[in-house]
Amino acid sequence: MATAETGAGAPVPGGRPSNAADASGPASARAGGVPAVSMRGVTKRFVGVVANDHVDLEVAPGEVHALLGENGAGKSTLSNVLTGLYRPDEGTIRLFGQEVSFSSPRDAIAAGVAMVHQHFRLVTKFTVAENFLLGSGGAYDAKTAAQRIRELGEEYGLPVDPDANVWELSVGEQQRVEILKALDRRARILILDEPTAVLTPQEADALFATMRRMADDGRSVIFISHKLQEVMKVSDRVTTLRDGKTVGTVVTAETTSAELARQMVGRSVVFSADDTADRPEVDPDRVVLDVRGLSAEGVRPQSSPKGVDLQVHAGEIVAICGVSGNGQRELAAAIYGIRRRTAGTVAIDGVQSRQKGPRESTALGLAFIPEDRLRTGLSPSLPIHANLALKGYRRPPLSRGPFLDGRAIRARAEELVRRYGIKTPSIDTPTRVLSGGNVQKVLLAREIGSDPHILIASTPTRGLDVGAIETVRHLLMDAARAGTGVLLITEDLDEAMALAHRIVVMFEGRVVGEFPRGHYDIERIGLLMGGHTGDREGAA
Amino acid sequence: MNDSFLMAILVSALFYGTPLLFAALGEVLTERSGVLNLGVEGMMLMGAVVGSVVSARLGGPSWFVLGVAILAAMLVGALTALLHAFATITLRVEQTVSGLALTILAGAAGLSSYLANVWQLRDPVPHQFTRIDVLGLAGLPVVGPLLFHQTFLTYLSWVLVAVGSWYLFRTRAGLNLRAVGESPSTADAMGLNVVRTRYVHTLAGGALAGIGGICFSLSIVPTWQDGMTAGRGWIALALVIFGFWRPVWVMLGAYLFGALASLSLTLQAQGIDIAPEILDSIPYVMTIVVLVAVSAGWSSRRLSAPDALGTAFEREAR
Repeated sequence: MATAETGAGAPVPGGRPSNAADASGPASARAGGVPAVSMRGVTKRFVGVVANDHVDLEVAPGEVHALLGENGAGKSTLSNVLTGLYRPDEGTIRLFGQEVSFSSPRDAIAAGVAMVHQHFRLVTKFTVAENFLLGSGGAYDAKTAAQRIRELGEEYGLPVDPDANVWELSVGEQQRVEILKALDRRARILILDEPTAVLTPQEADALFATMRRMADDGRSVIFISHKLQEVMKVSDRVTTLRDGKTVGTVVTAETTSAELARQMVGRSVVFSADDTADRPEVDPDRVVLDVRGLSAEGVRPQSSPKGVDLQVHAGEIVAICGVSGNGQRELAAAIYGIRRRTAGTVAIDGVQSRQKGPRESTALGLAFIPEDRLRTGLSPSLPIHANLALKGYRRPPLSRGPFLDGRAIRARAEELVRRYGIKTPSIDTPTRVLSGGNVQKVLLAREIGSDPHILIASTPTRGLDVGAIETVRHLLMDAARAGTGVLLITEDLDEAMALAHRIVVMFEGRVVGEFPRGHYDIERIGLLMGGHTGDREGAA
Repeated sequence: MNDSFLMAILVSALFYGTPLLFAALGEVLTERSGVLNLGVEGMMLMGAVVGSVVSARLGGPSWFVLGVAILAAMLVGALTALLHAFATITLRVEQTVSGLALTILAGAAGLSSYLANVWQLRDPVPHQFTRIDVLGLAGLPVVGPLLFHQTFLTYLSWVLVAVGSWYLFRTRAGLNLRAVGESPSTADAMGLNVVRTRYVHTLAGGALAGIGGICFSLSIVPTWQDGMTAGRGWIALALVIFGFWRPVWVMLGAYLFGALASLSLTLQAQGIDIAPEILDSIPYVMTIVVLVAVSAGWSSRRLSAPDALGTAFEREAR
């Protein structure tokens, strides 16, 4: 893959003159530079889906190029094609003017393409240095690798301990390892797939600085995101994908978030946080969830809840914010009773839970939307009607004595499918074939349909498209309006601020801050999420 | 008396532990790549029967015949493993099912016995592995019989333990192998060839199981008997877990299990009568204890099974 070093040493100034219509080939030819990446008519089909439908993408050397689109728009597929993980069914790829055809990631690496995946490609049982040694040729020399990691880390402001086991690192640190790995391979084209999803706002800013730095070195940085503000902040140009097709490429400085949003969704989007005049009424006298001094074991020491105190009132939505892996998931599981508590008490609507597990919690009126909706939340292969009956089948009307009442189960399923607008061919369809949004609706229908006192929802909108996110958020609001207390665990600050009456910040298993509505301070929340207790007084 | 009793146990531990060591070393390589091959028993029997026929039919000096026997056993072990590799790596068949099928296919009532029948293997084999008196040091007290009076196969196994440890933990190729077993998608994204790595190490595992087989047919019981490995393939599988997928620990475990295997005979000779069934079950009990200890998190995370063990790899899986 010996390509000429055309342009590799000459940074291209960001925001060069081109626009949506002719940002492709001709423009860059006029500018005199050979594009680092030029993908034309790339098509990739999976069984039953066209993930990329004649997609065009052109990226200049020294440019931060955003690839914008909703979940399922085809961004990840396109980058997997560019990194040799998938073979395109049609289309051509040129790097620095040379046509390439990758049959495996090895070819892409050799051509200077590296990717930081959303799910990190790190062997968690290995040390950082061992991960560095993977794949590349040469001797087994952990010391030199460690040295190299320190040098690169210093140069780019990405410090990591080379001898640490990867599973001991925070998500942000793991991401640094991934970026360092790409730099170590002298990647000229670096793809970052939703890199900020796991970062605090401050960590994200540091990452943007690193991205800019790499671009200034003459590398091309492809930044995949669906967050408009970030795209506006960091990129030189933006290519938008929708439904697997290219909508267009624009210079960031010449466009607006609203314009990009319209391109991304295909219609004007008005999803404003504070338009809810009928915000659910909180009943301050009725505590539906009372957690005191709760501790539990975590997957890692940092993620074990330590002495958490938390109250949720009827009709109240409380959001727990934090970088993933700081004990939120374990907290939810411990409250629900699928993770053992080591200390503390949980009371639901005034009744003490006796730590007997989910069946007791359900009986007390606790509903739970787990993070992994399709595996933990539902049984993927069971038909929808069975999944909808999973929590109520022990009592009438769904059962009589030891026997299930099939007719009642089906009738209830039909009703819930109608009420929650679940799009499915029939109630006998296996749940796993539904789209993510409809899977979540099945789960919400079952959990909210049981009229719980308190609903714990763990990242309920993650991975859903904009429409489904709206629906899920409205369902949560409706539940609160009906008097259910909602404990919302989310990594998305915008979501927390849009929905919650109160935001609680968790870091390393502890509650480190609490903000009532009207006192939300994104900067301060971000600092707390990152573990900085800060000098400034808390807004609360 | 007491000393000689101990020596007898140690000597037989090495003797009976050697086939376990070969088979378990092979399975360590296979499992480190993420492939679980439950067909060890079958591959051992295939190696054993082919070793027997070479010894019975091939003319020439003993060293030559036995050398060919080792190579033939490795080849047939690898070919048997190839069935498993093709089924599980290429066709992505469930690994446990394929491995069990392999043991049934090649095992006591299967292909190995059929071949023995066709080749009419009944008599003791003319060439077998005997103990070598290395440098005339066999007469030394204690270390003599243990270190300098072993068969070629035992010495070969020691070399393989050293090479295996070095390969796994001190070479780039070994690191790559472990990465494939821990996280094939990561290995793939790093440009490693997951499929090839898995094939190579599954075949290597079969080859070593084949040598484990001839330990029986050309050394321990130098006459072919149907199903002569008598479940040692399963013990080897347990041993891999017992030794935390590490060659040196597997070796220690192999000799421990080897000692247990011979203990009933040794004890009987001493006039102590314990039901052999109880002794035979000890390796499995110990393995279960170790498994419980590992899954209860009593050991460090680095000691646990390869994360991707038993799972198929498919790049374009969505």
